[in-house]
Amino acid sequence: MMKEEFTISPDMFLPASEEDRDAEKIRRPSIDYWPDVWRRLKQNKLAMVGLIIIVVMSIMSFVGTEINGFKYYEQHYDLINSHPDSVHWFGTDELGRDLFTRVWYGARYSLFIGFMAALLDFVFGVLYGGIAGMATRKVDAVMMRIAEIIYSIPYLLIVILLSVVFSTSGQGSSLFVMILAMSLTGWVPMALLVRGQVLQLKESEYVLAAESLGADHRWILKKHIIPNTLGPILVNVTLSIPRAIFAEATLSFLGLGLQAPKSSLGTLANDGLAGMAVGHSYQILIPAIFISLIMFGFNVLGDGLRDALDPRLRQ
Amino acid sequence: MKKYLLKRFVMAIFTLWAIVTITFVLMHAVPGNPFAKEGKMPEVVYENLQKKYGLDKPLYQQYVIYLRNLLKGDFGDSMKSRVETVNDMIKRGFPVSAYMGFQALLIALIFGPALGALAALNQNKWPDYLSMVIAILGISVPSFIMGTVFIQFIARKVSWLPIGGWGTFAHTILPSFALGLMPLAYTARLMRSSMLEVLGQDYIKTAKSKGIAKSAVILKHAVRNAILPIISVLGTLVSNLLVGSFVVEKIFGIPGLGMFFVKSISNRDYTLIMGTTIFYAIILIISLLLVDLAYMFIDPRIKLAEEGR
Amino acid sequence: MGKVLEVKDLKISFKTFFGEVEAVRGISFDVGKRETVAIVGESGCGKSVTANSIMQLLPMPPAFFKGGEILFNGENLLDKTEKEMKEIRGNQISMVFQDPMTSLNPTMKIGDQIVEGLREHRKLTQKEAEQKAIEMLDLVAVPQPEKRIHQYPHEFSGGMRQRVMIALAMVSTPQLLIADEPTTALDVTVQAQILELMKTLQDRLDMSIILITHDLGVVADMSDRVIVMYAGQIVEQGTVDDIFYRPGHPYTRRLLASVPHPNLSKDEPLQAIEGSPPDLYVPPKGCAFYDRCDRAMKICKDHMPEFISHGDSHCSRCWLHHPMAKQVQDLGKEGA
Repeated sequence: MMKEEFTISPDMFLPASEEDRDAEKIRRPSIDYWPDVWRRLKQNKLAMVGLIIIVVMSIMSFVGTEINGFKYYEQHYDLINSHPDSVHWFGTDELGRDLFTRVWYGARYSLFIGFMAALLDFVFGVLYGGIAGMATRKVDAVMMRIAEIIYSIPYLLIVILLSVVFSTSGQGSSLFVMILAMSLTGWVPMALLVRGQVLQLKESEYVLAAESLGADHRWILKKHIIPNTLGPILVNVTLSIPRAIFAEATLSFLGLGLQAPKSSLGTLANDGLAGMAVGHSYQILIPAIFISLIMFGFNVLGDGLRDALDPRLRQ
Repeated sequence: MKKYLLKRFVMAIFTLWAIVTITFVLMHAVPGNPFAKEGKMPEVVYENLQKKYGLDKPLYQQYVIYLRNLLKGDFGDSMKSRVETVNDMIKRGFPVSAYMGFQALLIALIFGPALGALAALNQNKWPDYLSMVIAILGISVPSFIMGTVFIQFIARKVSWLPIGGWGTFAHTILPSFALGLMPLAYTARLMRSSMLEVLGQDYIKTAKSKGIAKSAVILKHAVRNAILPIISVLGTLVSNLLVGSFVVEKIFGIPGLGMFFVKSISNRDYTLIMGTTIFYAIILIISLLLVDLAYMFIDPRIKLAEEGR
Repeated sequence: MGKVLEVKDLKISFKTFFGEVEAVRGISFDVGKRETVAIVGESGCGKSVTANSIMQLLPMPPAFFKGGEILFNGENLLDKTEKEMKEIRGNQISMVFQDPMTSLNPTMKIGDQIVEGLREHRKLTQKEAEQKAIEMLDLVAVPQPEKRIHQYPHEFSGGMRQRVMIALAMVSTPQLLIADEPTTALDVTVQAQILELMKTLQDRLDMSIILITHDLGVVADMSDRVIVMYAGQIVEQGTVDDIFYRPGHPYTRRLLASVPHPNLSKDEPLQAIEGSPPDLYVPPKGCAFYDRCDRAMKICKDHMPEFISHGDSHCSRCWLHHPMAKQVQDLGKEGA
């Protein structure tokens, strides 16, 4: 033990003053919730990469089609199936259309379908969950049973069936149908989440009523419940986008995608499948890479959000 | 336990019935009613179907007839093929798909948790990062893209791995991996977070304090508890495998049930679509039930809780 | 007579995102044969960290030993390899943890959990080990042990589980038992039983016990000597009588005063100590209790007091007992 070299003088033993002592001293600053979440998210490099990918993709899906001057439906019969070169950066397809433009055009649809499906999931989920939570026990129980059954029906199976029904024989489904089909079973987790929160809110209201604390405290609770719910909802929405994009890609790959000449990344991949055997594998690989990139971006961002929102990981 | 089983069984039957009904309704809701006499079917086929399903009768009765046939195990006749019934095609295709599905499942269930455990035990060091990068790729790259990549970059270069088709064990390798990679990624990530949670539990400290070997702590205490959540998502995994199989079979040209299903879609062979969909649903629901059962047996807390302690 | 355990100037810190937290800032104490030493203090004072560090059960990042020695039968545990430590754990030193609900593996039978540790350290067949386990469970008063060894933890109540934990810890007859808040999670009646049990076993097995607790009642009941910790340091040490009847440190005095006693009248306020312990990211230069001490002096703020002895084994770390302090007090009285 280190001995302090100092001389002890009697006046040091006089009582210390009140002001000098501070019993409740807090030395570490406490941090607000949402700014902290954003800070933690920023630290997650992978999540930031994902965010950048998504932003770049979204921008390019609008801008990219105008960059090199070719239209997505423009066919050049003399240039069919040409490999990527300085004119056609991603090559051309079997009808001589510039793939660079078509990829961004397709990305536009893929992203749109993904966002819309996630949005519908969100809306259905919040409505259903909210109603179930606010309703009487019996109604709630029935609603939950129905949701359970709907959820246990394989998502993609139904999507496929619906697309089969509503697609014009031969060539693909309309945009509307695809989006609708995809949001049909995916809303259940969101509904469960919202219902749980509503039930919590209800319970606390009853407690409050019993203690007759008045409306003031309800407001405070809203300030707690909403931040608590928004987080998981946000994560859920972020992660349901890649699921929708995946479903769309699968559908397209089965020939149930958008009608030509409209295309999504999935239909592009499907179109390119035939090219693989004869050496034009770039026709499928390039759209495939972009699909994966988009999914990667959202997955990684969703993961990062989930971690950033987890109060247990607060440091 | 029995009460719970019964409840699950009833729910399963009900779900199945729902799927059958929905499928039936949907197939008959196709615009331009393919089941109608004025439809595009060849006369001969129409007559056969007529005899069996009473196509001129009201829809409700057709439904009942269809249900009755199903219960007898008859999945119907194909609209397009004059030689095979749906049952024939199922018999031909299912074993192939099942084999591949199983192999993919094994890959996912063996390598997934192993990867996840490895990541958890080396948290924030390179095995963790590597495993998680693999996992993220696995869930971001759809199985058909994986399959394409495999064909393009592996099958073409490695001579003993066939590009497609079916027949030898070598034929099963690439497709099973393409199919199993996504479930593998899911199980790996799940295992990682499960292990991390378990490793922070008090009983791990207790185990260590007894001075037992590290391998025992990891295997008998950590992994044993961490693996439980994986069993509970087994059902979803099987469901994903099922759907993934359609696409993988298409890419690799594998004559499985998925291929029939996909073809039936492009051919608009509605009875085949119905038949295969329902068959898939049955398989899925049985798997889900089995998974539930397995979970109940493996987690001692549940087994005994249900025995009415 | 050799000491079973000697801790010398132990320093343990944690590396965190915000910096280093000095959880244990240089403590020294020892435990003799058949002695029960209690370590008391508020949450966060470092007593649990100390307890876990003896068998090196702390997560090693983020924790690290900053200095000091832990001598077990004369040998420094901090010099030992992991392999050597494994020999000691569950064999010569055992530990009982706080929460019986989470301290047992839920997917493993009780019997297996006891046998596992036993067979690691003794050459026994499965049957022999099981027999020992049954004997042990009997010793800790678990009814029908032959049946119970095939059951799972969730089939036991909290008190029963803690008995199982004790059986588990004792089965290899350790020299030293470290009990980290063994009764905190239990009902009061069960608490008494568990403590009785520990005392009986201690007699039978000639064992030393380190008892970590924040409950002074438990301390009074069971211990020979008491160590009072605050903010990572020992502020007072002594026999049970020393501490309870002649507390030297203001913190100890406040602790004793804060225990509500049955004769408290409705109008008497509870004597809580206002404030909370200092944040150990920036450990105070002087006495850590300075901010909350009603007898604080100017010297206390910047200068860490040394241990001042009150007698045989009793000492406390407070400037109030420095000879000069008394002088000043007397002078003050004279002046007034």
